[in-house]
Amino acid sequence: MNMTQLSALRPPVSFVDHTMGSADAPITLVEYGDFQCPYCYRAHPVVTRLQKKFGSRLRFVFRNFPLSELHPHAAHAAEAAESVGAHAGEAAYWKMHHAIFEHQQDSDDALDDEHLVRYAADAGADSAQVRSDLASGIHRARVRSDFLSGARSGVNGTPTFFINGARFEGDWTSPSEFASALDDAAKVAV
Amino acid sequence: MTEATHGKPRNLLQPGERAPDFTLPATPDQYLSLSELRGKTVILAFYPSDWSPVCGDQMALYNEILPEFHKLGAEMIGLSVDGAWCHAAFAEARRLHFPLLADFEPKGAVARAYGVYRQEDGTSERALFVIDGEGLVRWSYCSPVGVNPGADGILGALEAMNADSLVRIS
Repeated sequence: MNMTQLSALRPPVSFVDHTMGSADAPITLVEYGDFQCPYCYRAHPVVTRLQKKFGSRLRFVFRNFPLSELHPHAAHAAEAAESVGAHAGEAAYWKMHHAIFEHQQDSDDALDDEHLVRYAADAGADSAQVRSDLASGIHRARVRSDFLSGARSGVNGTPTFFINGARFEGDWTSPSEFASALDDAAKVAV
Repeated sequence: MTEATHGKPRNLLQPGERAPDFTLPATPDQYLSLSELRGKTVILAFYPSDWSPVCGDQMALYNEILPEFHKLGAEMIGLSVDGAWCHAAFAEARRLHFPLLADFEPKGAVARAYGVYRQEDGTSERALFVIDGEGLVRWSYCSPVGVNPGADGILGALEAMNADSLVRIS
């Protein structure tokens, strides 16, 4: 139980993950995030800018880490996104993912079930299906599994980032620091 | 001082040592003793103070992982030198589902017994102990005060203990 073990991503990125970008990309950036977390809201455009900057060199992965007791809508937001992904595909998942973050700060009820179902429909999912998935909790186990993988990987708050499997210990609010960490990872990977 | 900032106070109780018993307020009118939990695995999470941002995150994290701790047969207990009313307000605000004990009078006595009192600022270290059903420390860890140690160390220790007991049974 030494420190080097504490910050490695477990399990590694696989086909079960939501990924944007090529599996051959030299850099894989994993975010453990909570859709209702205000810091993740701030991190969302940071990630988008990095994706633009690094293009095909960067693959982005999002894993759920909802702190549901602090953020009452976080679990359902994650489950709604999983529902969209399961029924309407990965492209729709990412539309939903963006929509949730973009609307997070609109109002206090911006992430309640009614709004989530609306974002899901806009992303191309069947709203009745998403509603029924939220009611049955069918995606709860998937969200929990993401959460526990984060707990085992040393995630201690959101957002936590991993670059090529190693926890990013720097400051994600600094674009230059974040970008240079990704650059360094790319050099090692080549 | 330098040792503490490197995350290893000199007297941090080590695996194999007996966990000192204590009785502390869990609410303004209820007390909890470690010995009452004999037979169960207990996680003790010492933290410097209620309300400071890192503590909030750390306790919020343990709150979310609580079902897994329970599955692994362990009870979670938070401890700081804050008083019982302060803990009550903090636990309510963060919707915590595990007890916070007030190591308040005499101040920090339990933290001292576990080797994690911070003389320089009158609080405790951010230290974790996993204690087995027989009252022995099985794992301990001290994090720098500003760093949330997360839960992976605790989960690893609990899983190792469970694997160990399976081996002993078979």
